[in-house]
Amino acid sequence: MISETLMGWGMMESWAQVLGSIIGILLIALPLMLAVAMIIYVDRKVWAAINLRRGPNVVGPFGLLQSFADGLKVFLQETIIPSASNKGIFILAPIITFTVALLAWAVIPFDAEWVLSDINVGLLYILAISSLSVYGVTMAGWASNSKYPFFSAMRAAAQMISYEVSIGFILVCVVLYAGTFNLSDIVMAQEGHGFGIVNGYWFNLLLFPMWVVFFISSLAETQRVPFDLTEAESELVAGYQTEYSSMAFALFWLGEYANILLMCALNTLLFFGGWLPPLNVDWIPWFDIPGIVWFLLKTFFFFFMFSWVMATVPRYRYDQLMRLGWKVFLPMSLLAVVAISGWLMFTRYGGAA
Amino acid sequence: MTVFAFYLFAVLMLGSAVLVITARNPVHSVLWLILAFFNAAGLMVLVGAEFLAMLLVVVYVGAVAVLFLFVVMMLNIDFAEMRAGFMKNAPLGVAIAIILLAELVLGIGAYKAGNLSLGTADGNAAPLVGESNIESIGELLYSDYLFLFETAGIILLVALIGAIVLTHREQRAPRGHQDISKQVSRRPQDATELKQPGIGQGVEL
Repeated sequence: MISETLMGWGMMESWAQVLGSIIGILLIALPLMLAVAMIIYVDRKVWAAINLRRGPNVVGPFGLLQSFADGLKVFLQETIIPSASNKGIFILAPIITFTVALLAWAVIPFDAEWVLSDINVGLLYILAISSLSVYGVTMAGWASNSKYPFFSAMRAAAQMISYEVSIGFILVCVVLYAGTFNLSDIVMAQEGHGFGIVNGYWFNLLLFPMWVVFFISSLAETQRVPFDLTEAESELVAGYQTEYSSMAFALFWLGEYANILLMCALNTLLFFGGWLPPLNVDWIPWFDIPGIVWFLLKTFFFFFMFSWVMATVPRYRYDQLMRLGWKVFLPMSLLAVVAISGWLMFTRYGGAA
Repeated sequence: MTVFAFYLFAVLMLGSAVLVITARNPVHSVLWLILAFFNAAGLMVLVGAEFLAMLLVVVYVGAVAVLFLFVVMMLNIDFAEMRAGFMKNAPLGVAIAIILLAELVLGIGAYKAGNLSLGTADGNAAPLVGESNIESIGELLYSDYLFLFETAGIILLVALIGAIVLTHREQRAPRGHQDISKQVSRRPQDATELKQPGIGQGVEL
């Protein structure tokens, strides 16, 4: 979209492509970083409100600039690299975490046509990228050459692989309904899905339980409370971040929150109709509201749910976490794949005969 | 642009593949292997097989290599000991390398001689069934190659069951068994008891 405008200004096609992509990347990455800073503030505020505390309220009006103050502080700290660590990997790990967290946003549609690369394997790309995020944690844990980070890395790797399996099957369910891997098309397929009125796959008896499983799995995938066993401070100090300081530490944080936002966005896109308004009716003038507003509102709503869970649910035990992943969610999502494909064969593809 | 991307991916892939076998630290080897997988996926995207590229990343980078990394990290490998055995096993390794090289030369020679017909490797000659390559692969896999596909599935299933059978051990002495539903259904009032002891009396349990 941007590169076409540039070509309209008389630019050569190949240069317009390159420049357009760079502008597009900046248009996504910079607001994303700002969003991450603000979302950390929101997270702390919601958490504080539920705990009947005030939360950050000193830096700037209502403490709005708290995240930037934290960022500045972290930026000015000394970078410490433990002498026994494996230096190359130790430095590479936070960079990988951060880069991977940004990479996935390339295929997220913010509005109709508002997507950096509209590829037809969008959902698979997301799955591939999110499976990469294990490496940042694992490498950090191993390179630190210290017991706590190493335990944390082992936990993280096992946890993420386990929950990716059930997430994969849930994505298959959505893909079966939508008939495409392209995220924009998946959103469009949800238009008027529930009796022609409700936009979103959540309004579906077969897919609603899958949304619940997906939401819980996305908590586990991003290592949020109640599944934040990699950072269980009572057992593992700060987990894989124990040996990190300064910007390397900040990169982990930014990556982590960018991943959380990505999972919120995925919840929105796959089950709650993305940039479409909640109901597919014309007599309320909400089709005039730009789609990106709906998208951001829904994403914010899911982030609020993430914070809410963080403030109210106690941490799981590790064996309970594994049991939930393998013995509850995996059979459930497998069954759902079978049930949904059967149902679609019966109703959509006329396999009744 | 495409040419540049091709050479970038190809050089990186070959370079990291060489580093897989020359890296001294096995963890570094696995990480180079992951880079090689990744660049292979890049090459697949360049030839328009984006579905296969994504599957390569999901399966090999996302699952297989993580397990490799797991195992290699957990093993406490003694490098000095490994090097000590090098000269002893060198003749065997050289022999295997020579056999592999001979087979490669023979195979390529036989193919060049034109006695074999391996079918066309030309991607454009393949029947175009769907518009995206997910659809094309699906159409081919579940029609022409259904039998092979199902056989591969059965083989994988057998391997899966085999792995479980090989590693499964009967518990000789029954240890304390976890009953998850019992744990979950436990309530504070079943586990705790409030007592109000009088002053200086203590609590009788």
